[in-house]
Amino acid sequence: MLEVEGLKLYYKTLKGHVKAVDDVSFDVNDGELLGLAGESGCGKSTLGNGLILLKPPMNYFGGMVQLDHTQLPIDDFERMNDFRFSKLSIIPQYAMDALNPTRKIGVYIREVLQSRGIDPESIMDKLLERLKFVNLPERVLKMYPIELSGGMKQRMVMVMSTLLNPSLLIADEVTSALDVSSQKAVCLMIKGFKDAGIVKSLIFITHDISVLYQIADRIMIMYAGKVAEIGKTQQIASNPVHPYTKMLMFSLPEVGIRYAHGILSGIPGQPPQLLNPPTGCLFKERCPLRGKECDEEPPVVNVEEGHIAYCWKVTQNA
Amino acid sequence: MKKYLGTKILVYILTFVFAVTLDWLIPRFMPGNPILVLVSRFSGLPESARVMYSYLTKAFGLDQPLWSQYVNFWIALFKGDLGISIYLYPRPVLEVLKMAIPYSLGLMIPSILLSWIVGNNLGAIAARRKRLDSIMLPIMYFITGAPYLWLGMLLAYFLGVVWDIFPIAGAYSFSLRPHLSWLFVGDFLKHWILPFLSLFIVQIGGWAIGMRNMVIYELENNYVRYLETLGVKRKLIRKYAFRNAILPQVTGLALQLGTVIAGQVTTEVVFSYPGIGYILTQGILNQDYFLIQGCFLFIIIGVLIANFTVDLVYMALDPRIRFSYGGEV
Repeated sequence: MLEVEGLKLYYKTLKGHVKAVDDVSFDVNDGELLGLAGESGCGKSTLGNGLILLKPPMNYFGGMVQLDHTQLPIDDFERMNDFRFSKLSIIPQYAMDALNPTRKIGVYIREVLQSRGIDPESIMDKLLERLKFVNLPERVLKMYPIELSGGMKQRMVMVMSTLLNPSLLIADEVTSALDVSSQKAVCLMIKGFKDAGIVKSLIFITHDISVLYQIADRIMIMYAGKVAEIGKTQQIASNPVHPYTKMLMFSLPEVGIRYAHGILSGIPGQPPQLLNPPTGCLFKERCPLRGKECDEEPPVVNVEEGHIAYCWKVTQNA
Repeated sequence: MKKYLGTKILVYILTFVFAVTLDWLIPRFMPGNPILVLVSRFSGLPESARVMYSYLTKAFGLDQPLWSQYVNFWIALFKGDLGISIYLYPRPVLEVLKMAIPYSLGLMIPSILLSWIVGNNLGAIAARRKRLDSIMLPIMYFITGAPYLWLGMLLAYFLGVVWDIFPIAGAYSFSLRPHLSWLFVGDFLKHWILPFLSLFIVQIGGWAIGMRNMVIYELENNYVRYLETLGVKRKLIRKYAFRNAILPQVTGLALQLGTVIAGQVTTEVVFSYPGIGYILTQGILNQDYFLIQGCFLFIIIGVLIANFTVDLVYMALDPRIRFSYGGEV
């Protein structure tokens, strides 16, 4: 179980701080898959990476992260090593070149395990079983990464990241580089890790909300470094309350409707600069419901059980 | 793998033929006549000088048309005959080279290998220590920009003349003859150290800069980032980054050889060190076709063998090379 409270991750630049993740709070329960969605630059990858590998230019500016009721020292690079891999891991966005190109994969896994002080032999059975789980033949262990296809490399990384049964697995844009049929297979595999009890909680980062409907238990929508709305998948799908989420939903193409029937609406405008962002609600410039109060920091509104939104215009049980 | 080696060997043979042809051609384009130089050494009556001139021209085969000289040259080469030196007449070129080769190799191999090893390690250390890096980098740029000859003269002046620690000329003292004894070995090393240092120091700079940049690049690479998310020890990351960064340095080693040989020639001249470079300069000054050919032939063979070795090493180090050539790893 992961609890994040008021997490602030800023990028230090010469011009000032870029507030990529600003005061973000959420939690992921055991056995739950949290989908994290938002447009490019909204801070979703920063959040995912910051939880496991926080290093310059990304900086920690406050907040608390607890995993299984133990506080994570996310701003202490060395102390975090005790948690990485064993308690939480990531399937990175760059999974296709995450392996050392000049080492055979089997040798690579052995060396990584040894470096973590784990006897590779004790994990061999598990490794072979996991390879089967993601449909990779055993012989990949005797191959170099160049001999695998992109998808195979990604699945190899999936095996690697989950090898020590971490409590939390972060999957960062795993579907971006895949075609639709492989997307489905990979999504189901990742969901499978959770369903088989290999990992307890999962954060699935994507810009593709339709993927989340298929696999996520809950969905968190981020906008400009802040949380816009969190709710169960059903709640977000059938009853989005935050204006941004609503407009996002109208921007999705629907099956059966041809482009001749009407153009996709989209959201006019651009997200704000995160270097010295405006005060108050960050979506106000693009929001059709904008009012005076939007210049103040938006309140958190408990819409219904397990469904919250950060917006002035949302009322309880809307 | 066989295909890869076959292609490589074919390319090397072609290169050899081409280089040796140039080697034969270029001395003959030089203005002047080597036989005149030789004849002028035996002073005598103009009449006998003329007889001697026509005799020697015939003896060296220089009266024949160029194409037949060229054919004769290849035939002789396959018989292992490099001709007779004009400048050191009547000693055969092969014998002259045999005397010089050990001195040249004794300077070159240790200076190339040691500077490569030391330079790469220095660069790798600098890549991860910012403060050391900011001091070391300018020094290394300075060193690598220094000409061998200039550094050699500085070393000779300060260590040889001002502080009088090391001798500055020759490969051993004039009072000694080459033989195997502690006295001679000690004396040889004392003469060896200055030319070795001037080659070694200049080469270190380039290797250290190259390695520093490569390691920094590797440490930014995605596979390093992923290793960090797995919480592995710094040691493993360094090991991987070093091993991957060294690959271009191996190629660099092959490319550097030509430059090093040029540096070797000037260094040997500065220290009057009786290696191939020294002999080569003497040959050029005296228009000694055969000696120049012999020296260059040695250099050509040396560079080709070294390049071939590097090819083999590279194949052993990087699976991607093996893969791209054979499809088998």
